[in-house]
Amino acid sequence: MGSRLYVGTRKGLFEIARRDGTWDVVDVQFLGDPVSAVLATTDGVLYAALDLGHFGAKLWRRDREGAWHEIAVPMFPPKPVSADDDPHPWSLGQIWTLEPGGASGRLWAGTMPGGLFRSDNGGESWSLNEALWHMPDRRKWMGVAGGEQPGINSVLIDPRNPEDIRIGVSTAGLWASTDGGASWQVINRGMYNEYMPPELREDPISQDIHRLSRCSAKPEVMWCQHHNGVFRSEDAGATWYELTAIRPSKFGFAVAAHPQDPMTAWFVPATKDERRIPVDGKVVVARTRDGGKSFEVLTKGLPQRNAYDLVWRHALAVDAAGKLLAFGSTSGGLWISENGGDDWTMPDARLPPISVVHLAEA
Amino acid sequence: MPRITFTRALERFVKAPPAAVEGATVGEALAAVFAVQPTLRGYVLDDQGALRRHVAVYVNGAAVRDRTRLSDPLCSDDEVYVFQALSGG
Repeated sequence: MGSRLYVGTRKGLFEIARRDGTWDVVDVQFLGDPVSAVLATTDGVLYAALDLGHFGAKLWRRDREGAWHEIAVPMFPPKPVSADDDPHPWSLGQIWTLEPGGASGRLWAGTMPGGLFRSDNGGESWSLNEALWHMPDRRKWMGVAGGEQPGINSVLIDPRNPEDIRIGVSTAGLWASTDGGASWQVINRGMYNEYMPPELREDPISQDIHRLSRCSAKPEVMWCQHHNGVFRSEDAGATWYELTAIRPSKFGFAVAAHPQDPMTAWFVPATKDERRIPVDGKVVVARTRDGGKSFEVLTKGLPQRNAYDLVWRHALAVDAAGKLLAFGSTSGGLWISENGGDDWTMPDARLPPISVVHLAEA
Repeated sequence: MPRITFTRALERFVKAPPAAVEGATVGEALAAVFAVQPTLRGYVLDDQGALRRHVAVYVNGAAVRDRTRLSDPLCSDDEVYVFQALSGG
């Protein structure tokens, strides 16, 4: 079995694989239901988070034999009277990202309204990270897109040390724990948020981190697609510098770090920010191979006229070799490259709006 | 006993057959159903035990007033109907 793509859309989970020499849809699950997060773990288990409009967030697990089961979702504890002035709801809105925890059976779930949850039994049960949730500064977190719910969009576990956790929050900056989640600090410096009042422009908590990605082989190297630009860090997220060479624009949602090469990363820029469409109606991928000093604009196989695809933060994926890439758009476009982004192909499918593209390797 | 009927839209996800259950309030009647079918609870109620925003509960054709604590009283011959507000495209 070769590499497989799991594409979560507003109307189902689509599995894409090579068949007769071309990429094709080989399976569809949850047809009609919004999928908000997908995770394939190395033990052959697949997780799919649903965001049912009426009935809430749900979580399903497919075991190695191929059978799907509904499993527990993260739940917030009863809200005490002392939290009456909390601006954020104490109820799960959406599972926004699922990450393996570096230990057998351990998973992390980043959610709206900003709760981080851990499971140590493959999602059979979840526990809220109380230290983060009860932190007074959490009330300063702002909702996504003007809404009431902040969202944890990225959970980065240091591959050398599962106790070292970094999370990216829309909108609350980058929070780090070096003790497995017992304590947290906001650590990001060097970013700026143009839409905040001047006195908060460089405030770490005011940073609108759209997505974080880190180099597996050199985990201190991180990349960030921020609301106001593209940034890189060489000290695991503490100090950031802007990559002003990004083309054709600095706005976007998605970023993928090369797992082996700390100098390489991919972005999918869009016209900022009030009009979230590709620049000049052209879908392009921006790639740097020199740490962000320069960027190539990759276009081969991507639509270069009348294209209005936007790529969300979880909809760009790269394999462990840094060769196979895929991204999906809010218009249902899905493009796959097998040579690091030089050439792109599109499966024969018109998919629903894509929220997440996840890659599982054989 | 009050009788509870759930929207058929739930059938894709979880078993929710009509039931006759003991309960002096909407909350008690729902709790009696959830005791038998625990998975159903999260489809109808949020983490704080309130009705989900897009779930409606009617008693004898009228929407319940207390969506947070589900304290609307029930009589033995009441008909409770749990359904969803349709939306989207």
